[in-house]
Amino acid sequence: MEWEVVIGLEIHAQLATKSKIFSGASTAYGAAPNRQACAVDLGLPGVLPVLNKEAVRMAVKFGLAIDAEIAPRSVFARKNYFYPDLPKGYQISQFELPVVGIGHIDIEVDGKVKRIGVTRAHLEEDAGKSLHEDFHGQTGVDLNRAGTPLLEIVSEPDLRSAKEAVAYMKKLHELVRYIDICDGNMAEGSFRCDANVSVRPKGQEEYGTRAEVKNLNSFRFIEKAINHEVERQIDLIETGGKVVQETRLYDANKDETRSMRSKEEANDYRYFPDPDLLPLEVDEALKAAIRKTLPELPDEKRQRFIDEYNLSAYDAAILTATKELAGFYEQVVKASGADPKLCSNWVTGEFSGALNKAGIELSDSPINAEQFSGLIKRISDETVSGKIAKQVFELLWEEGGDADSIIEAKGLKQITDSGAIEAIIDQIIADNQGQVEQYRGGKTKLMGFFVGQVMKQTQGKANPGEVNKLLKPKLDG
Amino acid sequence: MHNKTITELSAGLKAGDFSSEELTNSFLQRIEEHGETLNCFVTVSGKEALEAARVADGLIAKGEGGVLTGIPMAHKDIFCTKGFKTSCGSKMLDNFISPYDATVVSRLAAAGMVSLGKLNMDEFAMGSSNETSYYGAVKNPWDTNCVPGGSSGGSAAAVAARLVPIATGTDTGGSIRQPASFCGITGLKPTYGTVSRFGMIAFASSLDQAGPMTRSAEDAALVLQAMAGFDPNDSTSLENSVPDYSAELNKELTGLKIGLPKEFFEEGLDNEVAKAVEAAVEEYRKLGAEVKEISLPNMDLSVPAYYVVAPAECSANLSRFDGVRYGYRCENPENLEDLYSRSRGEGFGAEVKRRIMIGAYALSAGYYDAYYLKAQQVRKLISEDFKKAFEEVDLIMGPTAPSTAFGIGEKTDDPLSMYLSDIFTIGVNLAGIPAMSIPAGFVKSKPVGLQLIGNYFSEGRLLNAAHRYQQVTEWHKGVPAEFE
Repeated sequence: MEWEVVIGLEIHAQLATKSKIFSGASTAYGAAPNRQACAVDLGLPGVLPVLNKEAVRMAVKFGLAIDAEIAPRSVFARKNYFYPDLPKGYQISQFELPVVGIGHIDIEVDGKVKRIGVTRAHLEEDAGKSLHEDFHGQTGVDLNRAGTPLLEIVSEPDLRSAKEAVAYMKKLHELVRYIDICDGNMAEGSFRCDANVSVRPKGQEEYGTRAEVKNLNSFRFIEKAINHEVERQIDLIETGGKVVQETRLYDANKDETRSMRSKEEANDYRYFPDPDLLPLEVDEALKAAIRKTLPELPDEKRQRFIDEYNLSAYDAAILTATKELAGFYEQVVKASGADPKLCSNWVTGEFSGALNKAGIELSDSPINAEQFSGLIKRISDETVSGKIAKQVFELLWEEGGDADSIIEAKGLKQITDSGAIEAIIDQIIADNQGQVEQYRGGKTKLMGFFVGQVMKQTQGKANPGEVNKLLKPKLDG
Repeated sequence: MHNKTITELSAGLKAGDFSSEELTNSFLQRIEEHGETLNCFVTVSGKEALEAARVADGLIAKGEGGVLTGIPMAHKDIFCTKGFKTSCGSKMLDNFISPYDATVVSRLAAAGMVSLGKLNMDEFAMGSSNETSYYGAVKNPWDTNCVPGGSSGGSAAAVAARLVPIATGTDTGGSIRQPASFCGITGLKPTYGTVSRFGMIAFASSLDQAGPMTRSAEDAALVLQAMAGFDPNDSTSLENSVPDYSAELNKELTGLKIGLPKEFFEEGLDNEVAKAVEAAVEEYRKLGAEVKEISLPNMDLSVPAYYVVAPAECSANLSRFDGVRYGYRCENPENLEDLYSRSRGEGFGAEVKRRIMIGAYALSAGYYDAYYLKAQQVRKLISEDFKKAFEEVDLIMGPTAPSTAFGIGEKTDDPLSMYLSDIFTIGVNLAGIPAMSIPAGFVKSKPVGLQLIGNYFSEGRLLNAAHRYQQVTEWHKGVPAEFE
């Protein structure tokens, strides 16, 4: 039987606010345990939550970016359950009335664009962390993360393969960083995902029973985990079994999912509106003000790069992968005044390659756009050849400074003086009479040999075009 | 000294007739003498009180400070007080030393008031008799075989017995007004949001409101002035500016329209209490008020609606008491579940557990619509009743409670009859409007309370009506014989 896979994702994006969603404590990552948990985060008797307006702005910004409905009035609710890292015994979340309603995201898989529905996105607080190691049979609780603002983004069950799921998640990952609401750091848990996975016979309208796979914190894991889960479900059904609704945990070490709890064991969360918080109201004026802060979004930027700079879709996609790289590229184009295609080649080639090799982010690059433009200018006006430019780039990367000074100091300037090149050619022809004979006898491939000799003599600095132009008539006699 | 009003005490302090230290010592002595009999204090902080009194004396000597500077008081043990035990009347928090001050505590301290300690209360403010406290029942100074009412029973008893000039209380369904009525003092529950709830241990967040418990309306106005005002730490706190509550105390009552809800005078109301209330209303007629009968047709639904909403909210509010971070933890828990169930099972008393269970049930899947949602709809109906009434009248009056103080142990086995002792007060909390209880006579030597209910933000009017009544009556000046 042919099976169809149905996937919906719930993505938790940690909002990049300075303080927590309901308290003034810092959200910075990596502090000593419980040093960033104030009375409110600890759930002391008598404390009350106060909503962080910045978190609301970020949620609305996201909603506007995916063309979603923004609720004029949304409500915070208490989700009740007991766990040691949940200090109040309830999580403040949004249930019936989320701040962001129906929206959509376009993904591209195998050259085809597909629109994925976003059901909703709501604000909530994160829990703390339970640490089961290092406590000799006991559990340690770190509440630094408790109260960190999260935006839970729920997709429609529109995804039909692990590949689509990854494309969707990447697209969201790119978007939240573009609009500066989340740092996207998956290793620190700032962007994580649960997947609802089910299968059904192709053509069947009714959905199959789904399992929720939790703990997916890398693009690689999500693909593997979903594929694994799909296989498990198909195997199960084909051998006469039944998929049960349950929560499964993905174990990256063993590459398998295992059952955490079944539907029967699931909590009754007893949601009800939190009486400590007033309904959240977002009026048209606030929406308009937030809309003004929206930057050019990735899809728009990509299209503009194609149109304005005449780039291929492929190059445009690479350059717009992050807002920072796109900004760097545009600065280089502007400052160098060079051909945008040339700039693209160098930004996606040497420059990105060097970042990757060094394993650093653009923000930590030793070369800024201005320095890089200096080099592009000299490539563009043929002061240096492409080959020499790579040497200059390396020096620039290693030692800093500016391209012109390096070219000057190291004498790397391209020789375009035809008199000088001619003299060198004459000498080479005189010294290699044997090869000249062969060439003239029809072995024209030897042209390369002569060009090589000239380059060797000039340490690569001779303008290749000029060399060709002068060499050929002389050899042809 | 102990029978003086705040205004009198303040004048005495300023004139140098006595110092705050002397005043504080004199009240500490009374607490020493009578506190145990009444069981109204959980914590007495004499040393710190005297230090605060000396600071107040320093201010007064320099001609600084306001009318409350140097005046002793005590807090209901529901308000977090930095460095002191804040028990909320529960074994669960018997070991809890608060690391911070509630806004009410810091505001009254900033006004120069001298806190003498923390007052007994029903456990987590759940009770109408002060019998659910982990620290034992509080006794009514008018009859020590009787309850002082609850949940602010310690506050009411302490003020009535002149152990403190004023005390703070909280009112979720009548917890300021009913004990004020039983103990013959003046109690005010302000409009929801007037006084910050930050640092006040939550029972039912949408109903809880703090207020002053005093011997007169005049004192209540002065204390409320210092308690009220916007607090950025409480999202439900009102941003309105605080009016001068004392400004209109002496305003004439001529033409004041008073409504008597017929539902408050039907079955269930003690005959003698009814007579006392009618006599009080007659006084208002003499003061120039116009009195008419009105109807609050949905009032009979207030108790059932309240006993869904309040337990539902408390079931979540009390989840934080889990034995993990602070408070009571059971001995040698076997595992996490055991830690939770025994810490909570042993740490909470029966009434608290009963309400948590009712609340969890009302919120559970499949019952939410029938209980919680329905109760919220009823709440709207009750608010509508009041809204309509205030289109016709300025104030509503009636009994605060159906009877005078009942005997200790009389209703502990019958929770429903206990719940009904709040039948006249609960509707006010569901609507979020302000109300007072003031002394209006005695039945068999026990005080009767008159309830005054006003529209939103009408505290000034309520205090005015109460004060004018207190100018022409002596009920609020009565002192229980043993505590004269």
